[in-house]
Amino acid sequence: MKRLILILCILSGPAFAVEPSEILDDPALEERARELSQGLRCPVCQNETIDESNATLAQELRIVLRERLVAGDTDEEAVTYMVSRYGEYVLLRPDARGANLILWLAAPLMLLLALWVGITAIRRRNIAPEPLSQDEEEALEKILKQ
Amino acid sequence: MHVVMITELGHFALILAFGVAIFQMVIPMIGAHRNNPSWMAVAEPAAITQFLLVAISFGALTWAFVTSDFSLQLVYANSHMDKPMIYKISGVWGNHEGSMLLWQLILTLFGASAAVFGGNLPDRLRARVLAVQASIAVAFFAFILFTSNPFLRLAVPPLNGRDLNPLLQDPGLAFHPPFLYLGYVGLSMAFSFAIAALIEGKVDAAWGRWVRPWTLAAWVFLTLGIALGSWWAYYELGWGGFWFWDPVENASFMPWLISAALLHSAIVVEKREALKSWTILLAILAFGFSLLGTFIVRSGVLTSVHAFANDPARGVLILIILAVFLGGALTLFAVRAGSMESKGVFSPVSRESALVLNNVLLAVSCFVVFIGTIWPLVAEMLFGRTLSVGPPFFEAAFTPFMVVLALVLPIGSILAWKRGSLSRATKPLLPWFVLAIALGLLSYAVQSGRSAMGPIGVALGAWVVGGALADIWMRSGRGGWLDRLGRMRRLPRADWGKAFAHMGMGVTIFGIAAMMAWEIEDIRVTDIGDRWDVGQFSFTLDDVRRVEGPNYVTTMADMSVWRGGKQLTVLTPEKRFYPVAKMPTTEAAIRNGILRDIYVVIGDPQVDGGYAVRVYVKPFANWIWGGALLMALGGFVSLSDRRLRVGAASAKKTNMVPAE
Repeated sequence: MKRLILILCILSGPAFAVEPSEILDDPALEERARELSQGLRCPVCQNETIDESNATLAQELRIVLRERLVAGDTDEEAVTYMVSRYGEYVLLRPDARGANLILWLAAPLMLLLALWVGITAIRRRNIAPEPLSQDEEEALEKILKQ
Repeated sequence: MHVVMITELGHFALILAFGVAIFQMVIPMIGAHRNNPSWMAVAEPAAITQFLLVAISFGALTWAFVTSDFSLQLVYANSHMDKPMIYKISGVWGNHEGSMLLWQLILTLFGASAAVFGGNLPDRLRARVLAVQASIAVAFFAFILFTSNPFLRLAVPPLNGRDLNPLLQDPGLAFHPPFLYLGYVGLSMAFSFAIAALIEGKVDAAWGRWVRPWTLAAWVFLTLGIALGSWWAYYELGWGGFWFWDPVENASFMPWLISAALLHSAIVVEKREALKSWTILLAILAFGFSLLGTFIVRSGVLTSVHAFANDPARGVLILIILAVFLGGALTLFAVRAGSMESKGVFSPVSRESALVLNNVLLAVSCFVVFIGTIWPLVAEMLFGRTLSVGPPFFEAAFTPFMVVLALVLPIGSILAWKRGSLSRATKPLLPWFVLAIALGLLSYAVQSGRSAMGPIGVALGAWVVGGALADIWMRSGRGGWLDRLGRMRRLPRADWGKAFAHMGMGVTIFGIAAMMAWEIEDIRVTDIGDRWDVGQFSFTLDDVRRVEGPNYVTTMADMSVWRGGKQLTVLTPEKRFYPVAKMPTTEAAIRNGILRDIYVVIGDPQVDGGYAVRVYVKPFANWIWGGALLMALGGFVSLSDRRLRVGAASAKKTNMVPAE
């Protein structure tokens, strides 16, 4: 039930992610294509890469990507092309521009904050043990006098 | 006539339970406030009654599914006469309404167990805990009865149902939701204890000892639930992925991370009476993330804004529940946390400090998952950007925390309480450190690629497992080998639980890194009779046949796996079609192994002859879930420790037996 939409999406197309017919002859180029397509989201699926998806549109994107690589695009150029054509939505690794800086900086900032809180807490705990109460003081004196 | 009665009885029991919950929410709380014993005492029978009523209701719904009573809308929409019995039963919770009833069954079960086993709790604390627990139940009874009633009837009962989604007709997924819910809902106990303690204004070692077993149990169930879900994705979705950083997965992962932190900080409360307010905060947040997870899954808001708009009543109501409970709890915390005076002092190098670091890492990593999960929503609402946050973000932002956690875990876990010595702690670990580095270098030399992920995973895994072994070995004291082994057997169960859980973490880290780094994939078109090589194995496609299943038809392939001219096994991957639901599914065939899984998938017949075939060799895949099982086992073993047993007070005498 969790992955229902994703599943429906898988099943909407021919059920088989990367088809043998799509694979490029040049293994180095194909490997780059696989790598890149693992970072691109299928626009009609729920959180699936175009590499995993069986949707027809994902297949289209895989083919377009491979065409760009064959045409001599660098990885960056190919990804920029995909983004310009299908929107920022296809990037599974959001860029670190504009508001997205918040997303990327959240973890390091939170870590610093948490470490600071943690260290202050540890410092505060690292105080001399409480002074003895009056009763304890007396008991100690008794023992020492014996 | 008879069956009709049972359904109505279930519906009635549910409404009655709602009433009992309201009663239990109000009366004991007032009783505790006025110190009125008889008002407080109603909490226990009420909690038990509530559970029994929900059990009747759940039983009635199950009965409707088992007997295929299609006059119930829910049964019609999610079941079918021909469905195997086990899936008729799991179909009860394989849908929104039924799963909420399961949630409620578990929630009231926890309430009832607190009533039954809470005999050694102070009366006022028990009354307040049960009242808070009932208030959560009230919220969800209202949710079920007003927006998600499973007992709605159809005016004209159809002859047959629409069947359960075929992908859910699977043993792994049949038991995935119950475990997950046991975990989510189990954290409600920690929450109730935290709120009750805030109202009382008192947290002491005893409080830590009462809270820990509930948290531990919830964490164990969450671990098992998440592992089952991941395992299901691995074999069912057809490409062998095990984690996708999907919002619904993250929804279960966040409470897991926070409850892991809570488990550790509760130890500090119990043993050293420090970190009290922090532990209370974690208890609140842990259940808060459970509620958030429920909201994410049930409202569909993060998967699609449209899914949310389709049924706003449900989403909004859960959001209100979340806001009231989390907002109320945090306000109460802000007012009262100051009065939680901590007692224990400790030096910067001590077990306490190490556990603070553990908490920092787990809490911040949870925050990373949280912000990554909700960011698409925030970016769209506030900045008008439609974007995605996927695995590459989480792998980059989350993984470092786990690496650091794994690095410091062995050292932190053997530091002495109060005042530790780094040199004394690292000495017994040195051989394991050297071994871990050596194993990492060895795997770097042996592997074919230049990826660092595999070797780092090997080294980290070995380091964590070795650290756990060194810890347990150190605890066996001095003297001869045999003496120490003998003493190891008599160590408290909690020590063994800790060792198992930490080893499990190491094993999982290793499994994930090894599988991701060294997996081999092969996609090709092949004819019947063809032979091809993948890694050290050869494969032949022997035959493709059509077979009829109970409620599906399937295309089944026979694929032989060979190594060095010897036939290892015949695998039979399938492509099924479920005619009622009109859905195909891919059934991968897997040969499970300790060193590797061989994973084959059969695809469509190709236009110019032959079949598309995918073969994967996935090294150490099972170690991922094996490690999770080991973690859960550690939790169970620790739960069985007599110190944590709910009769802790009466067991105290036996603990006085000369040091073990």
